[in-house]
Amino acid sequence: MAEKFDLNDREVWDGNYAASQALRQAQVDVVVAYPITPSTPIVENYGAYVANGYIDGEFVMVESEHAAMSGCIGASAAGGRVSTATSSQGFALMAEVLYQASGMRLPIVLNVVNRALASPLNVRGDHSDMYLGRDAGWIQMGAFNAQEAYDLALCAFKVAENHSVRLPVMVHQDGFITSHTAQNVYPLMDDVAYDFIGDIVPVDDMLDFSRPVTYGAQTEEDWHFEHKARQHKAIMDSTGVIDNAFEEFEKLTGRKYNRVESYNMEDADVAIIALGTTVETAVVAAKRLRESEGVKAGVVAIRCFRPFPYEEVREALKNVKSIAVTDRSSPGGAMGAFFNEVSAAMYTSESRPLVTNFIYGLGGRDFSIDEAIRIFKEQQAHADAGHITTEIQQFSGLRGPHLGFFKTARS
Amino acid sequence: MVEIRWHSRAGQGAVSGAKGLGDVVATTGKEVQAFALYGSAKRGAALRAYNRIDDEVIFNHAKFMYPDFVLVIDPALALSDNITVNDKPETKYIITTHLTKEELIASIPDLHDKADRVFVVDCIQISLDTIKRSMPNAPMLGAFVKISGMFELDYFLENMKRVLQKFPQKIIDANMDAITRAYNEVN
Repeated sequence: MAEKFDLNDREVWDGNYAASQALRQAQVDVVVAYPITPSTPIVENYGAYVANGYIDGEFVMVESEHAAMSGCIGASAAGGRVSTATSSQGFALMAEVLYQASGMRLPIVLNVVNRALASPLNVRGDHSDMYLGRDAGWIQMGAFNAQEAYDLALCAFKVAENHSVRLPVMVHQDGFITSHTAQNVYPLMDDVAYDFIGDIVPVDDMLDFSRPVTYGAQTEEDWHFEHKARQHKAIMDSTGVIDNAFEEFEKLTGRKYNRVESYNMEDADVAIIALGTTVETAVVAAKRLRESEGVKAGVVAIRCFRPFPYEEVREALKNVKSIAVTDRSSPGGAMGAFFNEVSAAMYTSESRPLVTNFIYGLGGRDFSIDEAIRIFKEQQAHADAGHITTEIQQFSGLRGPHLGFFKTARS
Repeated sequence: MVEIRWHSRAGQGAVSGAKGLGDVVATTGKEVQAFALYGSAKRGAALRAYNRIDDEVIFNHAKFMYPDFVLVIDPALALSDNITVNDKPETKYIITTHLTKEELIASIPDLHDKADRVFVVDCIQISLDTIKRSMPNAPMLGAFVKISGMFELDYFLENMKRVLQKFPQKIIDANMDAITRAYNEVN
């Protein structure tokens, strides 16, 4: 029986500590980890909780992130509740094994504290690692602050372990901006949090010796495609389970999450659509701009990056004239990936608004309220002109000469 | 919204100080943020830590701010770092130094027109006397309590005891002494 941990109704936690408290309350059976900045405290704290008797679980230290995710797969296939955390290069080294976890339909929860990918070496937050995992067959949820890193980690177990989902889930938070920023966090009491998730009921667990099963079998052209199609369908069909988990969570806490979040969008002419902490900074900018200049600015945010919420994005942005899609990852010779997805959603809408792309915040470059205001005003200029008046893709917050690519071919 | 910028060296406890302050402020029902700009900084490297305090949930995640208070806990950084950057006409400065206020201001041209908003306290000496090592974060909190008028000293001390509860009693007592002395000595 685990020791009781003293919790207050209101704590001041950073995102890492908040995520580790969620792992404690979920009574995670096994964490297999290789630490990397800035996600280290999540697994470090889990180890301390085990050592001090707050969790009846096992902390396994391994030699690399590849081994960490491999160990998680073993423990999950054996029937345990399993989690770990990583960032950046660690995430990249896990990449091969991420696909194995989702292909074997194992409900692992991975806390990803987003950090730039080298080179140049950089420990600060951007979304390069998150984008690297976007085709890996995992559900991806995004937290915009420490409270949400905690809340979504709890929701993640409930979604992953649901028998109609059986897919691994990543919970993303921005490196340093969320992970190392202490803010007011209102935790659930231990029994309430645990009961919200419930006991894990494993499917085809390898420790059930009465019913031997094989994981990770080989399938060539005969069955591989069908497996992958089922996996894709499972992630597409997970939306109902995610929505239910969010609804139940709201009943407990009053905190309502949606796969797409909208702020000040009721009458908005121009919008920023964003991921992570940028969302909240942009919301402050939108409010200021409405008060100071009457620009009808709003913000749309992606809570659930996979499965990508095409219909909800289209619905949220249908009445907007010009949209700035913000990508916090170096696109490496293309438009930003997030821009492409939002554009695809809006191209099939009735209104087909103007869509522009901003590459920003790489390696933790600050995204300020003033810059968000500037971007909103630029969208207003596009809306007034009826076409995109700048390059379609621009770099925001870059030192040196202006950098932008592609002009519109539409009048 | 009250915004605070700490100037410190890695190892002097600005990050813990900012988080401790946030912890106490939160008990008054306010929303807080505490963060730092460091990363792979080594001991002795200059760093900045930040607090935001508001009645509403704090949405702004930018590092950029126009601080209401600038807290300098390393004496040399007052001279070498740009402590007045992005300040406002009402920004208050609390600077740790062994100099008198007049001597300090005379040596920092950027402070010449801000003399009425500069306060000094010797956090290094106070921490050496009480905590028995150079740990200027706790005394700075005491000075901040006095200058900001945000709390009664007793309220702050009671809540800091809770923040420090995992430490031995001797260390908690020493920190309480350090906070109280700085509260009384800042001028």
